[in-house]
Amino acid sequence: MASNETRPAALTVSDLTVMYGEKPVLWDVDLQMPAGVLMAVVGPNGAGKTTLIKAILGLVPTVAGQIRIDGRPYAEQRQRVGYVPQRGSVDWDFPTRVLDVVMMGCYGRLGWLRRPGKSEQAAALRALEQVGMADYAHRQIGRLSGGQQQRVFLARALMQEADIYLMDEPFQGVDAPTERAIVGLFRELRTRGKCVLVVHHDLQTVPEYFDWVTLLNVRSFACGPVAENFNESILRQTFGGHTAWIGDESLPGRVPTTVTVPAVG
Amino acid sequence: MVDGWLDYTLRTVALGAALLGGMSGALGAFVFLRRQSMAGDAIAHATLPGVVLAFLLTGQREPYLLLGGAALAGGAGVLLWIAITRWSRVKQDSALGIVLSTFLGGGVLLLNLVQNRPGAYQAGLNHFLFGQAATLLSRDVVLLAAGALGVSVLLLLFWKEFQLLSFDRAFGASLGWPMQRLDIGFTLLVVAAIVLGLQSVGVVLMSALLVAPAAAARQWVDGLGAMVLLAAVLGAVAGVSGTLLSALWTGLATGPLIVLCASTLVLFSLLLAPRRGLVWRQLDRLAAQARLR
Repeated sequence: MASNETRPAALTVSDLTVMYGEKPVLWDVDLQMPAGVLMAVVGPNGAGKTTLIKAILGLVPTVAGQIRIDGRPYAEQRQRVGYVPQRGSVDWDFPTRVLDVVMMGCYGRLGWLRRPGKSEQAAALRALEQVGMADYAHRQIGRLSGGQQQRVFLARALMQEADIYLMDEPFQGVDAPTERAIVGLFRELRTRGKCVLVVHHDLQTVPEYFDWVTLLNVRSFACGPVAENFNESILRQTFGGHTAWIGDESLPGRVPTTVTVPAVG
Repeated sequence: MVDGWLDYTLRTVALGAALLGGMSGALGAFVFLRRQSMAGDAIAHATLPGVVLAFLLTGQREPYLLLGGAALAGGAGVLLWIAITRWSRVKQDSALGIVLSTFLGGGVLLLNLVQNRPGAYQAGLNHFLFGQAATLLSRDVVLLAAGALGVSVLLLLFWKEFQLLSFDRAFGASLGWPMQRLDIGFTLLVVAAIVLGLQSVGVVLMSALLVAPAAAARQWVDGLGAMVLLAAVLGAVAGVSGTLLSALWTGLATGPLIVLCASTLVLFSLLLAPRRGLVWRQLDRLAAQARLR
Protein backbone atom coordinates (compact mmCIF):
# COMPACT_ATOMS: atom_id res chain seq x y z
CA MET A 1 0.00 0.00 0.00
CA ALA A 2 2.71 2.43 0.96
CA SER A 3 4.28 2.00 -2.45
CA ASN A 4 1.01 3.01 -4.05
CA GLU A 5 0.92 6.22 -2.14
CA THR A 6 4.42 7.27 -3.00
CA ARG A 7 4.06 6.47 -6.67
CA PRO A 8 3.55 9.58 -8.82
CA ALA A 9 -0.06 10.17 -9.79
CA ALA A 10 -0.94 9.31 -13.38
CA LEU A 11 -4.16 11.29 -13.13
CA THR A 12 -4.53 14.29 -10.87
CA VAL A 13 -7.75 16.21 -10.47
CA SER A 14 -7.59 19.32 -8.34
CA ASP A 15 -10.27 21.75 -7.13
CA LEU A 16 -12.73 20.48 -9.74
CA THR A 17 -16.06 22.31 -9.51
CA VAL A 18 -19.02 21.86 -11.85
CA MET A 19 -22.32 23.73 -11.56
CA TYR A 20 -25.67 23.17 -13.25
CA GLY A 21 -27.09 26.64 -12.91
CA GLU A 22 -26.91 27.56 -9.24
CA LYS A 23 -26.55 24.00 -8.06
CA PRO A 24 -23.11 22.51 -7.55
CA VAL A 25 -22.80 19.01 -9.00
CA LEU A 26 -19.14 18.67 -8.07
CA TRP A 27 -17.62 20.88 -5.43
CA ASP A 28 -13.88 21.30 -5.05
CA VAL A 29 -13.09 17.68 -5.85
CA ASP A 30 -9.50 16.46 -5.52
CA LEU A 31 -8.43 13.07 -6.76
CA GLN A 32 -5.16 11.29 -7.47
CA MET A 33 -4.75 7.97 -9.22
CA PRO A 34 -1.32 6.34 -9.62
CA ALA A 35 -0.46 4.08 -12.55
CA GLY A 36 -1.31 0.41 -12.09
CA VAL A 37 -4.29 1.12 -9.88
CA LEU A 38 -7.92 0.09 -10.27
CA MET A 39 -10.08 2.73 -8.66
CA ALA A 40 -13.81 2.63 -7.93
CA VAL A 41 -15.78 5.84 -7.66
CA VAL A 42 -18.78 5.24 -5.41
CA GLY A 43 -21.46 7.49 -4.04
CA PRO A 44 -25.24 7.84 -3.90
CA ASN A 45 -27.39 8.69 -6.92
CA GLY A 46 -26.86 12.26 -8.02
CA ALA A 47 -23.45 12.36 -6.39
CA GLY A 48 -21.87 13.56 -9.62
CA LYS A 49 -20.03 10.35 -10.53
CA THR A 50 -20.83 10.49 -14.24
CA THR A 51 -20.23 14.24 -14.22
CA LEU A 52 -16.80 13.61 -12.71
CA ILE A 53 -15.81 11.44 -15.68
CA LYS A 54 -17.32 13.88 -18.17
CA ALA A 55 -15.57 16.82 -16.52
CA ILE A 56 -12.22 15.03 -16.63
CA LEU A 57 -12.78 14.39 -20.34
CA GLY A 58 -13.80 18.00 -20.95
CA LEU A 59 -17.32 17.03 -22.01
CA VAL A 60 -19.04 19.35 -19.53
CA PRO A 61 -18.00 22.91 -18.72
CA THR A 62 -16.20 23.31 -15.41
CA VAL A 63 -16.30 26.35 -13.15
CA ALA A 64 -12.91 25.64 -11.68
CA GLY A 65 -10.33 22.90 -11.51
CA GLN A 66 -7.34 21.35 -13.19
CA ILE A 67 -6.91 17.97 -14.80
CA ARG A 68 -3.33 16.75 -15.16
CA ILE A 69 -1.95 13.59 -16.67
CA ASP A 70 1.55 12.75 -15.44
CA GLY A 71 1.75 16.36 -14.34
CA ARG A 72 0.93 17.78 -17.75
CA PRO A 73 -2.29 19.51 -18.83
CA TYR A 74 -5.03 17.18 -19.98
CA ALA A 75 -5.45 18.82 -23.39
CA GLU A 76 -1.92 17.73 -24.41
CA GLN A 77 -2.41 14.20 -23.12
CA ARG A 78 -5.88 13.47 -24.42
CA GLN A 79 -4.77 10.54 -26.55
CA ARG A 80 -3.64 8.70 -23.43
CA VAL A 81 -7.14 8.56 -21.98
CA GLY A 82 -9.70 5.91 -22.96
CA TYR A 83 -13.41 6.31 -22.31
CA VAL A 84 -16.23 3.82 -21.82
CA PRO A 85 -19.53 5.73 -21.68
CA GLN A 86 -22.68 4.31 -20.15
CA ARG A 87 -24.09 1.63 -22.38
CA GLY A 88 -27.46 3.36 -22.50
CA SER A 89 -25.96 6.55 -23.92
CA VAL A 90 -26.14 5.36 -27.52
CA ASP A 91 -28.78 3.94 -29.83
CA TRP A 92 -28.01 0.24 -30.24
CA ASP A 93 -30.35 0.08 -33.21
CA PHE A 94 -27.82 2.18 -35.15
CA PRO A 95 -27.00 0.44 -38.44
CA THR A 96 -23.46 -0.71 -37.80
CA ARG A 97 -21.41 -3.83 -37.10
CA VAL A 98 -19.50 -4.65 -33.94
CA LEU A 99 -16.17 -4.25 -35.71
CA ASP A 100 -17.09 -0.75 -36.91
CA VAL A 101 -17.87 0.39 -33.38
CA VAL A 102 -14.58 -0.99 -32.04
CA MET A 103 -12.72 0.71 -34.88
CA MET A 104 -13.99 4.09 -33.63
CA GLY A 105 -11.46 3.70 -30.83
CA CYS A 106 -8.63 4.60 -33.21
CA TYR A 107 -10.34 7.62 -34.80
CA GLY A 108 -8.60 9.95 -32.36
CA ARG A 109 -5.18 8.65 -33.47
CA LEU A 110 -6.07 8.72 -37.15
CA GLY A 111 -7.05 12.38 -37.28
CA TRP A 112 -8.76 14.17 -40.15
CA LEU A 113 -9.26 12.54 -43.54
CA ARG A 114 -7.42 9.29 -42.80
CA ARG A 115 -9.44 6.11 -42.88
CA PRO A 116 -8.87 2.99 -40.81
CA GLY A 117 -7.06 0.30 -42.80
CA LYS A 118 -5.93 -3.30 -42.46
CA SER A 119 -3.76 -2.78 -39.39
CA GLU A 120 -6.58 -0.98 -37.55
CA GLN A 121 -8.95 -3.78 -38.45
CA ALA A 122 -6.51 -6.35 -37.07
CA ALA A 123 -6.13 -4.32 -33.88
CA ALA A 124 -9.91 -4.14 -33.53
CA LEU A 125 -10.16 -7.91 -33.86
CA ARG A 126 -7.48 -8.33 -31.18
CA ALA A 127 -9.39 -5.99 -28.87
CA LEU A 128 -12.54 -8.03 -29.44
CA GLU A 129 -10.62 -11.20 -28.63
CA GLN A 130 -9.50 -9.69 -25.34
CA VAL A 131 -13.10 -9.27 -24.26
CA GLY A 132 -14.18 -12.64 -25.66
CA MET A 133 -16.19 -11.19 -28.52
CA ALA A 134 -14.12 -12.17 -31.56
CA ASP A 135 -16.95 -14.33 -32.93
CA TYR A 136 -19.28 -11.37 -33.02
CA ALA A 137 -17.10 -9.02 -35.09
CA HIS A 138 -19.50 -8.92 -38.03
CA ARG A 139 -22.73 -8.94 -36.11
CA GLN A 140 -25.16 -6.04 -36.22
CA ILE A 141 -24.91 -4.29 -32.84
CA GLY A 142 -28.68 -4.37 -32.36
CA ARG A 143 -28.49 -8.14 -32.06
CA LEU A 144 -26.27 -8.23 -28.98
CA SER A 145 -27.22 -8.81 -25.37
CA GLY A 146 -26.58 -6.05 -22.84
CA GLY A 147 -23.42 -7.71 -21.59
CA GLN A 148 -22.12 -8.14 -25.13
CA GLN A 149 -22.81 -4.48 -25.87
CA GLN A 150 -20.80 -3.56 -22.80
CA ARG A 151 -17.89 -5.70 -23.98
CA VAL A 152 -18.00 -4.00 -27.38
CA PHE A 153 -17.59 -0.66 -25.61
CA LEU A 154 -14.67 -2.07 -23.61
CA ALA A 155 -13.04 -3.33 -26.81
CA ARG A 156 -13.45 0.12 -28.33
CA ALA A 157 -11.67 1.63 -25.32
CA LEU A 158 -8.87 -0.95 -25.63
CA MET A 159 -8.55 0.12 -29.24
CA GLN A 160 -7.65 3.60 -27.94
CA GLU A 161 -4.41 2.10 -26.56
CA ALA A 162 -4.70 4.46 -23.62
CA ASP A 163 -2.83 4.53 -20.31
CA ILE A 164 -5.77 5.77 -18.28
CA TYR A 165 -9.27 4.38 -18.70
CA LEU A 166 -12.40 6.10 -17.46
CA MET A 167 -15.43 3.82 -17.34
CA ASP A 168 -18.97 4.79 -16.51
CA GLU A 169 -20.84 1.90 -14.85
CA PRO A 170 -19.41 -0.95 -16.92
CA PHE A 171 -21.05 -3.48 -14.61
CA GLN A 172 -24.52 -2.00 -15.00
CA GLY A 173 -26.98 -4.74 -15.95
CA VAL A 174 -24.44 -7.22 -17.33
CA ASP A 175 -24.52 -11.00 -17.08
CA ALA A 176 -22.09 -13.06 -14.99
CA PRO A 177 -19.73 -14.02 -17.87
CA THR A 178 -19.41 -10.36 -18.81
CA GLU A 179 -18.73 -9.37 -15.22
CA ARG A 180 -15.95 -11.99 -15.07
CA ALA A 181 -14.58 -10.83 -18.42
CA ILE A 182 -14.47 -7.23 -17.22
CA VAL A 183 -12.76 -8.11 -13.95
CA GLY A 184 -10.20 -10.23 -15.83
CA LEU A 185 -9.58 -7.34 -18.20
CA PHE A 186 -9.08 -4.92 -15.28
CA ARG A 187 -6.40 -7.17 -13.82
CA GLU A 188 -4.65 -7.49 -17.13
CA LEU A 189 -4.67 -3.72 -17.57
CA ARG A 190 -3.25 -3.35 -14.07
CA THR A 191 -0.37 -5.74 -14.81
CA ARG A 192 0.43 -3.66 -17.86
CA GLY A 193 0.71 -0.59 -15.63
CA LYS A 194 -2.50 1.06 -16.86
CA CYS A 195 -4.91 2.66 -14.46
CA VAL A 196 -8.66 2.39 -14.54
CA LEU A 197 -11.23 4.68 -12.92
CA VAL A 198 -14.63 3.03 -12.68
CA VAL A 199 -17.95 4.48 -11.62
CA HIS A 200 -19.32 1.60 -9.61
CA HIS A 201 -22.64 0.88 -7.91
CA ASP A 202 -22.13 -2.36 -6.06
CA LEU A 203 -20.43 -1.53 -2.77
CA GLN A 204 -20.00 -5.18 -1.87
CA THR A 205 -17.61 -5.92 -4.71
CA VAL A 206 -15.46 -2.83 -4.19
CA PRO A 207 -12.84 -4.55 -1.96
CA GLU A 208 -12.72 -7.55 -4.29
CA TYR A 209 -12.40 -5.75 -7.62
CA PHE A 210 -10.55 -2.54 -6.76
CA ASP A 211 -7.34 -1.33 -5.08
CA TRP A 212 -8.33 2.26 -4.60
CA VAL A 213 -11.61 3.98 -3.96
CA THR A 214 -13.00 7.51 -4.21
CA LEU A 215 -16.08 8.26 -2.16
CA LEU A 216 -18.00 11.00 -3.83
CA ASN A 217 -21.12 12.94 -2.97
CA VAL A 218 -20.74 16.29 -4.71
CA ARG A 219 -17.62 16.67 -2.56
CA SER A 220 -14.93 14.03 -2.34
CA PHE A 221 -15.04 12.32 1.04
CA ALA A 222 -12.05 10.07 0.57
CA CYS A 223 -9.62 9.01 -2.11
CA GLY A 224 -7.00 6.35 -1.58
CA PRO A 225 -6.35 2.65 -0.98
CA VAL A 226 -9.47 0.63 -0.25
CA ALA A 227 -8.05 -0.70 3.04
CA GLU A 228 -7.79 2.75 4.57
CA ASN A 229 -10.68 4.55 2.93
CA PHE A 230 -13.51 2.07 2.54
CA ASN A 231 -14.94 1.89 6.01
CA GLU A 232 -18.22 2.45 7.73
CA SER A 233 -17.63 5.93 9.00
CA ILE A 234 -16.54 7.34 5.64
CA LEU A 235 -19.38 5.51 3.89
CA ARG A 236 -21.82 7.02 6.36
CA GLN A 237 -20.47 10.50 5.74
CA THR A 238 -20.69 9.99 2.00
CA PHE A 239 -24.12 8.43 1.81
CA GLY A 240 -25.65 10.43 4.65
CA GLY A 241 -28.69 8.80 6.20
CA HIS A 242 -29.32 6.58 3.20
CA THR A 243 -27.64 3.41 4.30
CA ALA A 244 -30.19 0.97 2.90
CA TRP A 245 -27.59 -0.49 0.58
CA ILE A 246 -25.87 -2.86 2.94
CA GLY A 247 -27.14 -6.41 3.11
CA ASP A 248 -30.78 -6.82 4.14
CA GLU A 249 -31.52 -3.74 6.21
CA SER A 250 -34.82 -3.51 4.46
CA LEU A 251 -36.08 -5.61 7.35
CA PRO A 252 -38.05 -3.30 9.61
CA GLY A 253 -36.44 -2.20 12.82
CA ARG A 254 -33.01 -3.27 11.83
CA VAL A 255 -30.34 -0.63 12.01
CA PRO A 256 -27.59 -0.92 9.43
CA THR A 257 -24.30 -1.11 11.16
CA THR A 258 -21.34 -2.66 9.51
CA VAL A 259 -19.75 -2.82 6.15
CA THR A 260 -17.37 -5.71 6.09
CA VAL A 261 -14.05 -4.84 4.65
CA PRO A 262 -11.85 -7.88 4.23
CA ALA A 263 -8.34 -7.52 5.50
CA VAL A 264 -6.03 -6.40 2.75
CA GLY A 265 -2.41 -7.37 2.36
CA MET B 1 -44.73 7.59 -72.87
CA VAL B 2 -41.77 7.14 -75.17
CA ASP B 3 -42.29 10.66 -76.42
CA GLY B 4 -42.33 11.78 -72.80
CA TRP B 5 -38.95 10.20 -72.17
CA LEU B 6 -37.44 11.92 -75.15
CA ASP B 7 -38.91 15.26 -74.23
CA TYR B 8 -36.08 17.58 -73.30
CA THR B 9 -37.95 19.45 -70.57
CA LEU B 10 -39.10 16.25 -68.92
CA ARG B 11 -35.58 14.84 -69.01
CA THR B 12 -34.24 17.99 -67.40
CA VAL B 13 -36.83 17.91 -64.66
CA ALA B 14 -36.39 14.17 -64.05
CA LEU B 15 -32.62 14.53 -63.83
CA GLY B 16 -32.94 17.47 -61.45
CA ALA B 17 -35.40 15.56 -59.27
CA ALA B 18 -33.13 12.51 -59.24
CA LEU B 19 -30.14 14.59 -58.16
CA LEU B 20 -32.16 16.35 -55.48
CA GLY B 21 -33.62 13.05 -54.24
CA GLY B 22 -30.22 11.38 -54.16
CA MET B 23 -28.55 14.26 -52.31
CA SER B 24 -31.37 14.61 -49.78
CA GLY B 25 -31.52 10.86 -49.29
CA ALA B 26 -27.82 10.54 -48.48
CA LEU B 27 -27.80 13.51 -46.08
CA GLY B 28 -31.17 12.52 -44.70
CA ALA B 29 -29.78 9.16 -43.59
CA PHE B 30 -27.61 10.99 -41.05
CA VAL B 31 -30.43 13.38 -40.12
CA PHE B 32 -32.67 10.36 -39.50
CA LEU B 33 -30.08 8.49 -37.44
CA ARG B 34 -29.38 11.58 -35.36
CA ARG B 35 -33.13 11.72 -34.65
CA GLN B 36 -33.28 15.21 -36.01
CA SER B 37 -35.97 14.61 -38.58
CA MET B 38 -37.93 17.54 -37.19
CA ALA B 39 -34.90 19.75 -37.76
CA GLY B 40 -35.24 19.31 -41.54
CA ASP B 41 -38.79 20.58 -41.33
CA ALA B 42 -37.86 23.49 -39.10
CA ILE B 43 -34.93 24.53 -41.28
CA ALA B 44 -37.05 24.41 -44.42
CA HIS B 45 -39.68 26.64 -42.82
CA ALA B 46 -37.02 28.96 -41.45
CA THR B 47 -35.87 29.75 -44.99
CA LEU B 48 -39.16 31.49 -45.88
CA PRO B 49 -38.42 34.95 -44.40
CA GLY B 50 -35.11 34.91 -46.29
CA VAL B 51 -36.87 34.36 -49.60
CA VAL B 52 -39.37 37.15 -49.03
CA LEU B 53 -36.80 39.56 -47.61
CA ALA B 54 -34.51 39.02 -50.59
CA PHE B 55 -37.44 39.88 -52.83
CA LEU B 56 -38.48 42.91 -50.77
CA LEU B 57 -35.00 44.34 -50.62
CA THR B 58 -34.10 43.87 -54.27
CA GLY B 59 -37.50 43.86 -55.94
CA GLN B 60 -36.27 41.07 -58.19
CA ARG B 61 -37.61 37.59 -58.70
CA GLU B 62 -34.33 36.10 -59.87
CA PRO B 63 -34.50 32.59 -58.32
CA TYR B 64 -30.86 32.37 -57.27
CA LEU B 65 -31.14 35.67 -55.43
CA LEU B 66 -34.15 34.34 -53.55
CA LEU B 67 -32.35 31.06 -52.83
CA GLY B 68 -29.44 33.08 -51.47
CA GLY B 69 -31.86 34.77 -49.09
CA ALA B 70 -33.26 31.38 -48.16
CA ALA B 71 -29.78 30.06 -47.42
CA LEU B 72 -28.96 33.04 -45.19
CA ALA B 73 -32.20 32.73 -43.24
CA GLY B 74 -31.85 28.94 -42.93
CA GLY B 75 -28.25 29.28 -41.76
CA ALA B 76 -29.23 31.96 -39.25
CA GLY B 77 -32.05 29.76 -37.97
CA VAL B 78 -29.69 26.82 -37.49
CA LEU B 79 -27.06 28.88 -35.68
CA LEU B 80 -29.77 30.39 -33.46
CA TRP B 81 -31.11 26.90 -32.71
CA ILE B 82 -27.68 25.55 -31.78
CA ALA B 83 -26.88 28.68 -29.75
CA ILE B 84 -30.13 28.46 -27.76
CA THR B 85 -29.49 24.80 -27.02
CA ARG B 86 -25.91 25.46 -26.00
CA TRP B 87 -26.22 28.64 -23.95
CA SER B 88 -29.62 28.34 -22.34
CA ARG B 89 -31.37 25.58 -20.45
CA VAL B 90 -33.96 25.22 -23.22
CA LYS B 91 -33.80 21.70 -24.64
CA GLN B 92 -33.00 20.96 -28.26
CA ASP B 93 -36.53 20.18 -29.43
CA SER B 94 -38.03 23.21 -27.71
CA ALA B 95 -35.34 25.47 -29.16
CA LEU B 96 -36.18 24.05 -32.58
CA GLY B 97 -39.86 24.86 -32.03
CA ILE B 98 -39.05 28.42 -30.98
CA VAL B 99 -36.87 29.06 -34.02
CA LEU B 100 -39.33 27.37 -36.39
CA SER B 101 -42.36 29.35 -35.30
CA THR B 102 -40.52 32.66 -35.06
CA PHE B 103 -39.00 32.38 -38.53
CA LEU B 104 -42.13 30.99 -40.15
CA GLY B 105 -44.27 33.66 -38.49
CA GLY B 106 -41.90 36.34 -39.71
CA GLY B 107 -41.91 34.82 -43.19
CA VAL B 108 -45.71 34.73 -43.41
CA LEU B 109 -45.96 38.33 -42.17
CA LEU B 110 -43.47 39.46 -44.79
CA LEU B 111 -45.36 37.51 -47.43
CA ASN B 112 -48.55 39.32 -46.39
CA LEU B 113 -46.74 42.60 -46.71
CA VAL B 114 -45.75 41.74 -50.26
CA GLN B 115 -49.19 40.51 -51.20
CA ASN B 116 -50.86 43.66 -49.93
CA ARG B 117 -48.85 45.72 -52.32
CA PRO B 118 -50.55 46.79 -55.52
CA GLY B 119 -49.66 44.88 -58.63
CA ALA B 120 -49.18 41.18 -59.09
CA TYR B 121 -45.44 41.21 -58.94
CA GLN B 122 -45.31 38.96 -55.91
CA ALA B 123 -46.26 36.04 -58.14
CA GLY B 124 -43.61 33.37 -57.94
CA LEU B 125 -42.96 33.67 -54.24
CA ASN B 126 -45.74 31.24 -53.48
CA HIS B 127 -43.86 28.65 -55.50
CA PHE B 128 -41.39 28.46 -52.69
CA LEU B 129 -44.06 27.06 -50.42
CA PHE B 130 -44.85 24.06 -52.58
CA GLY B 131 -42.17 24.20 -55.22
CA GLN B 132 -42.54 24.04 -58.96
CA ALA B 133 -40.34 21.32 -60.33
CA ALA B 134 -41.72 21.72 -63.82
CA THR B 135 -39.92 25.04 -64.15
CA LEU B 136 -36.46 23.53 -63.59
CA LEU B 137 -34.02 24.69 -66.26
CA SER B 138 -30.81 23.04 -67.29
CA ARG B 139 -28.80 25.61 -65.31
CA ASP B 140 -30.79 24.51 -62.22
CA VAL B 141 -29.83 20.94 -62.94
CA VAL B 142 -26.19 21.96 -63.17
CA LEU B 143 -26.54 23.61 -59.76
CA LEU B 144 -28.21 20.49 -58.33
CA ALA B 145 -25.47 18.31 -59.82
CA ALA B 146 -22.83 20.51 -58.22
CA GLY B 147 -24.71 20.27 -54.92
CA ALA B 148 -25.00 16.49 -55.11
CA LEU B 149 -21.32 16.18 -55.99
CA GLY B 150 -20.36 18.49 -53.13
CA VAL B 151 -22.46 16.54 -50.65
CA SER B 152 -20.96 13.23 -51.82
CA VAL B 153 -17.40 14.50 -51.52
CA LEU B 154 -17.97 15.99 -48.06
CA LEU B 155 -19.69 12.83 -46.81
CA LEU B 156 -16.74 10.76 -48.03
CA LEU B 157 -14.11 13.12 -46.58
CA PHE B 158 -15.77 13.39 -43.17
CA TRP B 159 -17.26 9.92 -43.05
CA LYS B 160 -15.82 8.86 -39.71
CA GLU B 161 -16.49 12.24 -38.13
CA PHE B 162 -20.17 12.19 -39.20
CA GLN B 163 -20.36 8.55 -38.09
CA LEU B 164 -19.16 9.58 -34.61
CA LEU B 165 -21.52 12.55 -34.61
CA SER B 166 -24.47 10.28 -35.34
CA PHE B 167 -23.60 7.29 -33.16
CA ASP B 168 -21.71 8.54 -30.11
CA ARG B 169 -21.10 12.25 -29.97
CA ALA B 170 -19.71 12.23 -26.41
CA PHE B 171 -17.16 9.57 -27.30
CA GLY B 172 -16.14 11.60 -30.34
CA ALA B 173 -15.64 14.65 -28.12
CA SER B 174 -13.57 12.56 -25.70
CA LEU B 175 -11.26 11.69 -28.61
CA GLY B 176 -10.70 15.39 -29.13
CA TRP B 177 -12.90 15.91 -32.20
CA PRO B 178 -14.58 19.33 -32.32
CA MET B 179 -18.07 17.84 -32.25
CA GLN B 180 -19.83 21.19 -31.93
CA ARG B 181 -18.19 22.49 -35.08
CA LEU B 182 -18.87 19.23 -36.90
CA ASP B 183 -22.50 19.50 -35.84
CA ILE B 184 -22.74 23.05 -37.19
CA GLY B 185 -20.95 22.06 -40.39
CA PHE B 186 -23.21 19.09 -40.97
CA THR B 187 -26.36 21.06 -40.26
CA LEU B 188 -25.30 23.84 -42.64
CA LEU B 189 -24.84 21.15 -45.27
CA VAL B 190 -28.45 20.14 -44.64
CA VAL B 191 -29.45 23.80 -45.02
CA ALA B 192 -27.71 23.87 -48.39
CA ALA B 193 -29.53 20.74 -49.56
CA ILE B 194 -32.87 22.12 -48.41
CA VAL B 195 -32.29 25.43 -50.17
CA LEU B 196 -31.43 23.59 -53.38
CA GLY B 197 -34.69 21.70 -53.08
CA LEU B 198 -36.91 24.72 -52.43
CA GLN B 199 -37.40 25.47 -56.11
CA SER B 200 -38.68 22.03 -57.00
CA VAL B 201 -40.28 20.69 -53.83
CA GLY B 202 -40.82 23.77 -51.68
CA VAL B 203 -40.63 24.72 -48.01
CA VAL B 204 -43.48 22.52 -46.85
CA LEU B 205 -42.48 19.25 -48.48
CA MET B 206 -38.69 19.40 -48.48
CA SER B 207 -38.29 17.75 -45.09
CA ALA B 208 -40.15 14.68 -46.34
CA LEU B 209 -37.57 14.25 -49.06
CA LEU B 210 -34.85 14.28 -46.40
CA VAL B 211 -36.42 11.79 -44.05
CA ALA B 212 -38.54 9.44 -46.12
CA PRO B 213 -35.79 7.78 -48.19
CA ALA B 214 -33.73 7.27 -45.02
CA ALA B 215 -36.65 5.76 -43.11
CA ALA B 216 -37.30 3.38 -45.99
CA ALA B 217 -33.61 2.46 -46.41
CA ARG B 218 -33.14 1.68 -42.72
CA GLN B 219 -35.71 -1.11 -43.05
CA TRP B 220 -33.65 -3.03 -45.59
CA VAL B 221 -29.99 -2.73 -44.60
CA ASP B 222 -27.85 -2.97 -41.46
CA GLY B 223 -24.76 -0.94 -42.29
CA LEU B 224 -24.25 2.82 -42.33
CA GLY B 225 -22.63 2.89 -45.77
CA ALA B 226 -25.32 0.67 -47.25
CA MET B 227 -28.03 2.77 -45.67
CA VAL B 228 -26.67 6.07 -46.98
CA LEU B 229 -26.28 4.59 -50.47
CA LEU B 230 -29.73 3.01 -50.50
CA ALA B 231 -31.35 6.18 -49.17
CA ALA B 232 -29.71 8.12 -52.01
CA VAL B 233 -30.97 5.59 -54.58
CA LEU B 234 -34.49 5.58 -53.14
CA GLY B 235 -34.50 9.39 -53.08
CA ALA B 236 -33.50 9.45 -56.74
CA VAL B 237 -36.14 6.85 -57.59
CA ALA B 238 -38.80 8.91 -55.83
CA GLY B 239 -37.63 11.99 -57.73
CA VAL B 240 -37.81 10.35 -61.14
CA SER B 241 -41.06 8.49 -60.56
CA GLY B 242 -42.74 11.59 -59.17
CA THR B 243 -41.68 13.53 -62.25
CA LEU B 244 -42.95 10.83 -64.61
CA LEU B 245 -46.28 10.55 -62.81
CA SER B 246 -46.66 14.30 -63.04
CA ALA B 247 -45.89 14.25 -66.74
CA LEU B 248 -48.35 11.42 -67.38
CA TRP B 249 -51.21 13.04 -65.47
CA THR B 250 -50.73 16.60 -66.58
CA GLY B 251 -51.99 19.11 -64.12
CA LEU B 252 -50.74 17.39 -60.98
CA ALA B 253 -47.83 19.16 -59.29
CA THR B 254 -44.45 17.43 -59.41
CA GLY B 255 -43.22 18.24 -55.88
CA PRO B 256 -46.10 16.62 -54.01
CA LEU B 257 -45.97 13.61 -56.34
CA ILE B 258 -42.24 13.15 -55.59
CA VAL B 259 -42.98 13.25 -51.87
CA LEU B 260 -45.88 10.84 -52.25
CA CYS B 261 -43.63 8.43 -54.15
CA ALA B 262 -41.10 8.63 -51.32
CA SER B 263 -43.85 8.00 -48.77
CA THR B 264 -45.04 5.00 -50.75
CA LEU B 265 -41.52 3.58 -50.55
CA VAL B 266 -41.60 4.12 -46.76
CA LEU B 267 -44.98 2.42 -46.40
CA PHE B 268 -43.87 -0.51 -48.51
CA SER B 269 -40.63 -0.84 -46.52
CA LEU B 270 -42.31 -0.56 -43.12
CA LEU B 271 -44.64 -3.38 -44.08
CA LEU B 272 -42.54 -5.75 -46.12
CA ALA B 273 -38.85 -5.41 -45.25
CA PRO B 274 -37.34 -8.68 -44.01
CA ARG B 275 -36.86 -8.86 -40.22
CA ARG B 276 -37.87 -5.24 -39.50
CA GLY B 277 -41.08 -5.13 -41.54
CA LEU B 278 -44.44 -5.44 -39.79
CA VAL B 279 -45.55 -8.38 -41.91
CA TRP B 280 -42.29 -10.21 -41.32
CA ARG B 281 -42.48 -9.65 -37.58
CA GLN B 282 -46.08 -10.81 -37.45
CA LEU B 283 -45.15 -14.00 -39.32
CA ASP B 284 -42.23 -14.47 -36.94
CA ARG B 285 -44.55 -14.23 -33.96
CA LEU B 286 -47.00 -16.71 -35.47
CA ALA B 287 -44.17 -19.13 -36.19
CA ALA B 288 -42.95 -18.81 -32.61
CA GLN B 289 -46.43 -19.48 -31.29
CA ALA B 290 -46.74 -22.53 -33.51
CA ARG B 291 -43.46 -23.88 -32.18
CA LEU B 292 -44.61 -23.46 -28.60
CA ARG B 293 -47.82 -25.34 -29.21
